[in-house]
Amino acid sequence: MSPSTDHGVRITLSRCTKHFGTQRVLEPTDLTIAAGETLVLLGPSGCGKTTTLRLIAGLEAPDSGRVQFDNEDVTALPIERRNVGMVFQSYALFPHMTVAENVAYGLKVRGMPAADRARRVDEMLEMVQIGPLAGRAITQLSGGQKQRVALARAIAPRPRVLLLDEPLTALDARLRETLRSDIDALLRSIGVTTVYVTHDQAEAMALADRIAVMDKGRIAQLGTPREIYFQPANAFVADFIGTLNRVGGQRFRPEDAELVAPQDAALAGLVTASHFLGDHQRVQLRMDGGEDIVLKLPPRALLAAGQRVGLRIHPNPLESTAC
Amino acid sequence: MRRPALFWLLLAFTLCVAAFLVVPVGLSVLTGLTNNQFQGLSSGLTFKWVVKVWTDYQGPLWLSLGIALACLACTLLLGVPAAYVLSRTQGRWARAIEELLMLPVALPGLATGLALILAYGAVGSFRTHWSFVLVGHVLFTLPFMVRAVLAVLLSVDMRQLEEGARSLGASFAQRFFGIVLPNCKPGIVAGALMVLTLSIGEFNMSLLLHSPFTQTLPVGLADAYASLRIEVGSAYTIVFFLMIVPLLIALQVAGGRSKTP
Repeated sequence: MSPSTDHGVRITLSRCTKHFGTQRVLEPTDLTIAAGETLVLLGPSGCGKTTTLRLIAGLEAPDSGRVQFDNEDVTALPIERRNVGMVFQSYALFPHMTVAENVAYGLKVRGMPAADRARRVDEMLEMVQIGPLAGRAITQLSGGQKQRVALARAIAPRPRVLLLDEPLTALDARLRETLRSDIDALLRSIGVTTVYVTHDQAEAMALADRIAVMDKGRIAQLGTPREIYFQPANAFVADFIGTLNRVGGQRFRPEDAELVAPQDAALAGLVTASHFLGDHQRVQLRMDGGEDIVLKLPPRALLAAGQRVGLRIHPNPLESTAC
Repeated sequence: MRRPALFWLLLAFTLCVAAFLVVPVGLSVLTGLTNNQFQGLSSGLTFKWVVKVWTDYQGPLWLSLGIALACLACTLLLGVPAAYVLSRTQGRWARAIEELLMLPVALPGLATGLALILAYGAVGSFRTHWSFVLVGHVLFTLPFMVRAVLAVLLSVDMRQLEEGARSLGASFAQRFFGIVLPNCKPGIVAGALMVLTLSIGEFNMSLLLHSPFTQTLPVGLADAYASLRIEVGSAYTIVFFLMIVPLLIALQVAGGRSKTP
């Protein structure tokens, strides 16, 4: 394994914009990604996250603004000359090549001698734990295996930047979780600057050093997962990252409150539904003020629909003033 | 297991239709091998007509093969890049060009042939050169190559594959020859089959475009039927079969190999 924390670059976007036809998909955007950092672009579809990724990749050119890797201006440089690695949602593996040939492709077009190439391919396949599949045809692989090949192929030429476009979206939930933690370990070990696009907030939380939440072509908030969750900059961010309850001017997350006897609490309401989920239960309340809220509660308390309960909100739940 | 009466009825009908189509071919082959068609099979079987065609029509035979291969080369060089560009271009113009390409197929070959003669018939010795016939064949067969390759290009997500190759540092030439062409192979083989068979059998246009020095096989066949004994014409058919069938089998084998991973 290459202990190379030295080949990550700082990425800087300065006032980048992008239109498709008359539609502006990216408002003037500034973004700096530190060398070796993993930044997740998070947002609903059409928010501009994929466009931002493609600007960094060099698959699209900005209509205005600049893209820099460290101090090098790469705005006009096409992707094939940027030395980036990219992983696509649909894998984009070459169907006429074996697993090993796919991983070797980036090394081959760079003119690496065959012996070095073979060594690097073996190393990469070991790294993503698919060594025994080297000779397989792409059509004989499962979705998870394909994504591992795509990762190995992108990392093999030691790119300056690693870009992942919704790499886990096509996989089923359990596989997604395994691969997510594998990707996390891999990114930590190679230390390459990484930009990761997803619409899944759990994925973003698990992988990111920092998250950029995007909305309507703008970065709505840029911060660590904790900052985004506990100090959302606005209502959009607060709602997109988990559930936000609003009762009588107070805002809190579902896990930031507990149930007490109605006569002991300033706030009270009726249980409208309760879903037992094993390690916790999700309970819906209709408050006396008419607000519907959702709570995440310990699993053992038995709650029936129609039951009257009091609500105690923990102090200082959300530190934002904007929602 | 007893099959219903309908099954036997349908089988009989199918066999009748098949016989209706196969019998003329069989008769033609048989006539080509018969000593004297008037007297029928009782006059005995012979290879002399086949040998006569083989010796007398060496020129058209090799010319037809040559034109078909040249036509294949032209349609590959023109058609594959054209299909690639069309697959990458959206919008009205690309679709219009796609439709325009089909025109020479829809127009009677005679009309296209006449147009070519009117336009280029007087240009130097072009009219008597075999490339004059070739131009007509390329015009007629090009859409088949373009369509076949385009269909494959649109069925694979070639844009995504190319973006993958680009992200790995591949130049345009590296990805066109290393990624695009290998993934078009089924379409190229299918297109090549169409182009070769259409070119070798093309008659309408060739009848107008040929000159005494550039007679292709089908034109020679018409000539033989019209002016010589029926046995010679029929023997001609046999030679035609002998020529085209191995070619098709070879191409099929090449195409079949491309499908295994």
